[in-house]
Amino acid sequence: MSELKPHISSYGSHLFVLACLITLTGITVAITSVQLGAFNTTAAMMIASTKAAIVLIYFMHLKFDDKIFRFMVTLVLAIYAIVIVITFFDYLYR
Amino acid sequence: MTGNIIHHQPSYLEYQGRYKGLLGWILSTDHKRIALLYLYSQLAFFFAGMIMGVFMRLELIAPGRQIMDPATYNALFTMHGLTMIFLFIIPGLAASFGNFFLPILIGAKDVAFPKLNLFSWYLFVGGALIVLIGMFTGDGPPDTGWTFYAPYSLRTNTNVVVTVFGAFVLGFSSVLTGLNFIVTIHRMRAPGMGFFRMPLFIWAMYGTAWIQLLATPVVGITFIMVIADRLLGIGFFDPAKGGDPILYQHLFWIYSHPAVYIMILPAMGAITEIITTFSNRVVFGYKAIAMSSLAIAFVGYLVWGHHMFTSGMSETARWVFSLLTFLVAIPSAIKVFNWSATLYKGSINLQPPFWWAMAFIFVFMIGGLTGLVLGSVATDVHVHDTMFVVAHFHYIVFGGAGLAFFAALHYWYPKMFGKMYNKRVSNIGLLVVFIGFNTLYFPMFILGIMGMPRRYYDYLPEFTFLNQISTVGSWILVTGMIIVVTNLLRAKKMAPEFIDNPWGGRTLEWKIQSPPPLENFEEIPVIDHGPYDLVKD
Repeated sequence: MSELKPHISSYGSHLFVLACLITLTGITVAITSVQLGAFNTTAAMMIASTKAAIVLIYFMHLKFDDKIFRFMVTLVLAIYAIVIVITFFDYLYR
Repeated sequence: MTGNIIHHQPSYLEYQGRYKGLLGWILSTDHKRIALLYLYSQLAFFFAGMIMGVFMRLELIAPGRQIMDPATYNALFTMHGLTMIFLFIIPGLAASFGNFFLPILIGAKDVAFPKLNLFSWYLFVGGALIVLIGMFTGDGPPDTGWTFYAPYSLRTNTNVVVTVFGAFVLGFSSVLTGLNFIVTIHRMRAPGMGFFRMPLFIWAMYGTAWIQLLATPVVGITFIMVIADRLLGIGFFDPAKGGDPILYQHLFWIYSHPAVYIMILPAMGAITEIITTFSNRVVFGYKAIAMSSLAIAFVGYLVWGHHMFTSGMSETARWVFSLLTFLVAIPSAIKVFNWSATLYKGSINLQPPFWWAMAFIFVFMIGGLTGLVLGSVATDVHVHDTMFVVAHFHYIVFGGAGLAFFAALHYWYPKMFGKMYNKRVSNIGLLVVFIGFNTLYFPMFILGIMGMPRRYYDYLPEFTFLNQISTVGSWILVTGMIIVVTNLLRAKKMAPEFIDNPWGGRTLEWKIQSPPPLENFEEIPVIDHGPYDLVKD
């Protein structure tokens, strides 16, 4: 069993991530006034996913932790993606 | 580990911590005491659910009104389902035997987060209380069935919101238990215990814990959406407001089908332990069984649509789900074939836990094979929502997970309490249960094929005879259950016998005293061989 490797992020990187999240929040609000039709939802989802990824990678330390955790998160996302794809076998063909 | 077990430590039952009496139990963070809290709560709910089932069968002994009105019958089958599913069999073997034996089987002193473990039990009891409040307040217990299908669950005047919220709280208990077990298995294995030196019960628990962690939030969100629909009138699932009731079924079954594997995987794990011990052999196909647990957990996520073949979902989705459903048969069959191969040329010790395990395999196979009828679209449409489904479901969930629960209880009872029950009475009890079970549920297969729908208060006269047989079966089954439980309760009152390893088990729990001491091991064991290897201590 592997030992835990402590990692302390610098204030600078925390602030940079915070700035990214605030900027992306601003973009989420701003994009609602742009007429993209059905792609408005897509854009909002993509921004939200990017924010979630940044939180996972930096604030939740995925970048600095054991590979097993990255593997677990990837697996969970893959299962989620498969579930969505299978659900759309109903919605796209109904 | 040495072979000589010295009884010089007080057991977890005798240990006096800061609190005594009842407080010593409900404030204890010891995984074994928490396991017993779960065990007693679950058994209480099981008997409550069983009494409801007996009343349902009494009502169905003849066509027309017998002992209750149709609305009461609707409420009763809903509460029977809720109690049995959410309060007995979903926590199932994982909450009770998983809590008790997972740390011991991996050579740990407790789970990774003992306080979170106790909190999970509080959530479980809290959720159960909310469900009970839902029964006795407002406009009475819900009449939707345990599935809370929309749009009816949005329109009925019964107490859906409170009950659904109770189920939501119960889900948190399940998620936290799963999280705790995953971390425990990853972080707290004894030195030398690689993943492929873990007992197969632990592999099953590992697969189960992942399902608990990943699938349960889906139903939690779904229940919140139902509450929002009812209280705020949003209309997620209400076709009158542009919502989609089939979306509810998707979301519900994305959790509730994997939930079947939350019930059955730990059961399969316990059966593997029992068969290995009582065959006196090294388990056949260790890696295949271990991987099949993960494969069942994974494929189990992808087959939920077979509950919805007649819901109106697309033709394409129906054949895709049918195909995926058949894939689950592969890892399930791997387990059964490996159990059979383990028994082959084994030195079989015919003790009560072994008989329970054999009963499990027999009824589980009937449940599994009738599942093929329901997994195939072409045949499912004929028997969907008939008594056939009720029979299949009970063969899998009660006959599978339920019998395995009692198999595990008989297997580990001497370890948990340091006492032995009367084996002869146990065997008689099992025989009565087995006869009662098949008398109760097998006629339902025939009734279903004849066309009797499920969840109906009344039926046509031609269904009377088989319904009467089924009701008589319920009386036999209850008699058997009373024999079994009375036998175990009687044993509990007897003086301790200090039987550390009555079955000749080889996994770690049999190498410590019975009942185990507070922290299980005086020294954390160092593992240098597989869990079932025949080695001299």
